[in-house]
Amino acid sequence: MKDEIAIVGIGETAFGKGFAESELQLGCTAIGHALDDAGIAASEVDAVACYTMEDTPEFEFSRSMGFGDLGYFSRVNFGGGAGCAAVGQAAMAIAAGQANVAVVWRARKRSGKASRFWAQTPPRVSTHWKWSQPWGLLRPVDEVGLLTRRYFHDYGASRETLGRIAVTLREHALENPRAMMRGRPLSIEDYLAGRIVSDPLCLFDNCLETDGAVALVLVHRERARDCKRRPVYIHAWAQGLAAGQQNMPNVFVPDPFTGASAVAARNLWRRSDIQPDDVDVAQFYDAFSSLILFSLESYGFCRRGEAAAFVEAGGISVRGGRLPVNTAGGSLSEAYVHGLNLVTEGVRQLRGDAATQVAGATTCLVTSCDATPTSALLLRN
Amino acid sequence: MATENWVLPDTDDPVDAPFWRAARARRLEIQRCTSCARSYYPPRVQCPACHGKLEWQAVAGTGRIWSYVTVHPPLLPAYQPYAPYPIVLVELDGQPGLRLIGNLLLEEEGAINAALDQPVAIGDPVRVTFRSVADDVVLPCWIKI
Repeated sequence: MKDEIAIVGIGETAFGKGFAESELQLGCTAIGHALDDAGIAASEVDAVACYTMEDTPEFEFSRSMGFGDLGYFSRVNFGGGAGCAAVGQAAMAIAAGQANVAVVWRARKRSGKASRFWAQTPPRVSTHWKWSQPWGLLRPVDEVGLLTRRYFHDYGASRETLGRIAVTLREHALENPRAMMRGRPLSIEDYLAGRIVSDPLCLFDNCLETDGAVALVLVHRERARDCKRRPVYIHAWAQGLAAGQQNMPNVFVPDPFTGASAVAARNLWRRSDIQPDDVDVAQFYDAFSSLILFSLESYGFCRRGEAAAFVEAGGISVRGGRLPVNTAGGSLSEAYVHGLNLVTEGVRQLRGDAATQVAGATTCLVTSCDATPTSALLLRN
Repeated sequence: MATENWVLPDTDDPVDAPFWRAARARRLEIQRCTSCARSYYPPRVQCPACHGKLEWQAVAGTGRIWSYVTVHPPLLPAYQPYAPYPIVLVELDGQPGLRLIGNLLLEEEGAINAALDQPVAIGDPVRVTFRSVADDVVLPCWIKI
């Protein structure tokens, strides 16, 4: 299905906190914008895909948006690992002739406590979290903190390395009108003074808490020619769940640093004419800053243990870096919409109208969460 | 220390009930394959390498810290009064890759934040201890040696 399916519409709500609208309302707004962007009527939509963590059922969107009869609907598991796979599965449905117009969405009111699963006390834990949460390892930040500490120990990275990531992504967000952190610079001193949340990770290593929604519209490349905007093609996509791994905290395997992302990367590059050296810009899932280090290595941009030096040399900056990363500010400084805003930024880069544009970008890698079973998209224009 | 509203595991799942039964008796038991002798944690239904039957076997309960974090607020209300507290990821001696998450304590049944000021480093040796949090739930925890 190489280059067969195109993303032809993107849509977003404003990103912020304490919104009055429901997730369904936010989702409808984003989907409406994406369909307008594509120049496609809602009645033509016959497929939808989303995350299993999405609370609103498909039919609610159908009833309010006026979709046509849906012939394909799928949900992808594992939180932040699901975004690129939801896009990929919708694309696969079109490529397989099961659908013509697909919508992928994520709507979330993350600034409310109710949307943070770790803030709820279930009566009894019967999932794999029974092996971590009862001891008080409660949150994703604690789970990623364990991996980050080990990475520091093995490879000599430090809080300064993560600070460089946070500061670079903030620089990328400053001019982005959609970014929650637009116009709010962050210095390395600010970063190092940040409140510790799960030592070694501080406030600025954590993604923002965002209310908002993101949506995309996909069609076959033949149909894409009639759409309003320049198509962005899905050159390759892949999922990965490594043998023997579990969902986060994936610390019970011999080497947690070669897991789901390494599987997805292997599948992705094998299916792709574009290789890491050819990638102009990347959007790495960054619910936590250190995931960018792990992803740079898993996707083959750095050798094992060398991502810290790459970051410290300015490698991820839009200002002259070898691989500009999270050019809209990412989850740390634009918004946290479970990584789906990384896909819309990838589309903007390849349309050439991003707020912080990489000049002449023709290829963009987008990834989902390194700490869960995951997925990745390779986009081209 | 109070453990009201603690996050508790179910302890009657047929796959892992023996783990919790052993912990209540203050023993650390790990699954081991009766045909190929590989060991597993967290528990599994059967040996993923040979589909052999898994039995529960007591282990020495010594290991080394593979990683650790110090957990700060915001947290669930039940845990918040004890923050910050350390959590360790321990790799069992003689069992490469076999790791358990647990609290670092100063003594059996001690508070989860009592070891906060104790120096901790990756590679530090530890031994298992236990802390009761409900009638049916005793959590294996760790003490530095």
